[in-house]
Amino acid sequence: MTDTAQQHQPAAPQKKGLFETLEIDTRLLGMIGAFVVICLVFNVMTDGRFLTPRNIFNLTIQTVSVAIMATGMVFVIVTRHIDLSVGSLLATCSAVMAMMQTAIMPELFGLGLGHWMNAPMAILAGLFVGTLVGAFNGWLVGYQLVPAFIVTLGGLLVWRNVAWYLTNGQTIGPLDETFQLFGGTNGTLGETTSWIIGLLAVAFAIWVLFSTRRNKIAHEFPVKPFWAEIALGGIIAAAILGLIAVLNAYEVPARRLQREFEARGEVMPDGFTTGYGLPISVLLLIIVAIAMTVVARKTRLGRYIFATGGNPDAAELSGINTRLLTVKVFALMGFLCALSAVVASSRLTFHSNDIGTLDELRVIAAAVIGGTALSGGIGTIYGAILGALIMQSLQSGMAMVGVDAPLQNMIVGAVLVFAVWIDIQYRKRTGAK
Amino acid sequence: MVDRSGTPLVELRDISIAFGGIKAVDHVTVDLFPGEVVGLLGHNGAGKSTLIKCLSGAYRKDAGEIMINGQKAEINNPRDARKYNIETIYQTLALADNLDASANLFLGRELVSPLGFVDDAQMEAETRKIMGRLNPNFRKFSDPVSALSGGQRQSVAIARAVYFNAKILIMDEPTAALGPQETQMVAEIIDELKRQGLGIFLIDHDVHQVKELCDRAAVMKNGQLVGIVKVDEVSEDDILAMIIAGKKPEHLAA
Repeated sequence: MTDTAQQHQPAAPQKKGLFETLEIDTRLLGMIGAFVVICLVFNVMTDGRFLTPRNIFNLTIQTVSVAIMATGMVFVIVTRHIDLSVGSLLATCSAVMAMMQTAIMPELFGLGLGHWMNAPMAILAGLFVGTLVGAFNGWLVGYQLVPAFIVTLGGLLVWRNVAWYLTNGQTIGPLDETFQLFGGTNGTLGETTSWIIGLLAVAFAIWVLFSTRRNKIAHEFPVKPFWAEIALGGIIAAAILGLIAVLNAYEVPARRLQREFEARGEVMPDGFTTGYGLPISVLLLIIVAIAMTVVARKTRLGRYIFATGGNPDAAELSGINTRLLTVKVFALMGFLCALSAVVASSRLTFHSNDIGTLDELRVIAAAVIGGTALSGGIGTIYGAILGALIMQSLQSGMAMVGVDAPLQNMIVGAVLVFAVWIDIQYRKRTGAK
Repeated sequence: MVDRSGTPLVELRDISIAFGGIKAVDHVTVDLFPGEVVGLLGHNGAGKSTLIKCLSGAYRKDAGEIMINGQKAEINNPRDARKYNIETIYQTLALADNLDASANLFLGRELVSPLGFVDDAQMEAETRKIMGRLNPNFRKFSDPVSALSGGQRQSVAIARAVYFNAKILIMDEPTAALGPQETQMVAEIIDELKRQGLGIFLIDHDVHQVKELCDRAAVMKNGQLVGIVKVDEVSEDDILAMIIAGKKPEHLAA
């Protein structure tokens, strides 16, 4: 590895390391390594309870809310801003949606509880409010030049208490049953659909790999050897199908199945079992992750976000409207907060006053652990999601081991600082900025 | 020889701009013809960069008119300037360090596929083409430009201006950070562009270089224009005297 690092002539054929040939980011590899170590350590400490299908299922649905917001936070931090109001905005969106489906739609519009319109209208209203508030924050930052730290610090107080005001501080629930589908255990796709989605995902990943390769060949750029392409495809396929297999292996409790059969007026056959499969919320996260990655890498918007983060003056002089860009980035963040609010409140099955408290810290930590640089210009979507997963694993692992609550928070805080320190060392070594 | 009988490519008429009471540019009039290089000289703070930023759209003038090909032009931001085929190479190069050469070259004007996604492969292919012309030794197409040398960064900045068929080119100290060989490369590019009929404003401190590269030199002091001279008719000392004393040489003063 050391001799290849000193050669800067890509044209000359040379022996490359395995990871270089595969063109896998070593940072990503480091994060996956850290994640695997955390999982294995907790698995040993909990006598194998950490890596059971049940716990992995729970881990994924607990990660979704923070992970969705973390993808938006990547863009905010890449453009050299910060958003401290995401947890509060989540609460406001959650409150709006809760009131829509329990009071406004059923009573004001007279649809009654359980009408099929309640959930979609509530979600639309929430997404609208989230996007609007985000855009307003972006306008204050971009056009009025109030630092994002201040705008969103104010927002942290304002939106938390708007949520309180909207619900008079009450816990609102239970939420609409259709709405609850986004919550995790109440909305899973079952074994067959999960497998189909897994296979589609594999097909999509392989198609992306090969169309990229074809495009490179068409322009006569160097491509990696064919076996590397196959190996990468194999790893991705194994990861996707492995996750589906694990989620399918978590079986629905017999009593719950029995209730479902009774509700349909049928009798459960003896010895009938079925797995939960892919939760809808996790599918939502995957869609958000793909969409955000496409935005980051394949659209002008994404290009401008990274260019502005790298050099705001250069972006402005290149004719990019950086003010409007700020509004768009914050509006997107607001939209994702609302989406997270759907997942978070439906997982709880009710809206509570303290929903999303301290989420801003988890979201920022996830983005930063995932390699987003606070100096701007650098960050990846998959990194932020992996960061969220690492944070959640630490938190729930420690809870399972029985670490005292204050110690848990001390460790999480220390890990955040440690992760950034490692990152700085890594960048120093590789000479990257 | 430059033909100055037709309509000038650019006319900056009576331009003024002030920053909080300080007149950075004070009623300055300069023109530029096709195929001509006009050097802008003066001390730091003489107002030459400020004047030129009114043309590139980075600043908005307080008063005066900009005429392009004899037509009045409204330039309020860098996007407007690009519409008039005005390209600027800034002293700071205005590159996003975290992006690679082709992303920088096409920044703000990306090539997109029919579906509206940025077409990186196409852009890299175009970048390879133009860099092959400007700087054949350039190889680092996939590294962020922060990993490039001063000369390589400069050639990315020049490529960006040249690729989009600039008619009017503004260069702010293009050779300040370069070694002798790279300076020679920039000089050759300027000659080549001149032959193609571009008009070039060149901001520079180096009087010797201005004598070599430019057709005319406009000297500014304290925001005001000292005078415009044909470089063939004056010596380096004359130009220096204009910069320092703020007076036109006696044999030219009417």
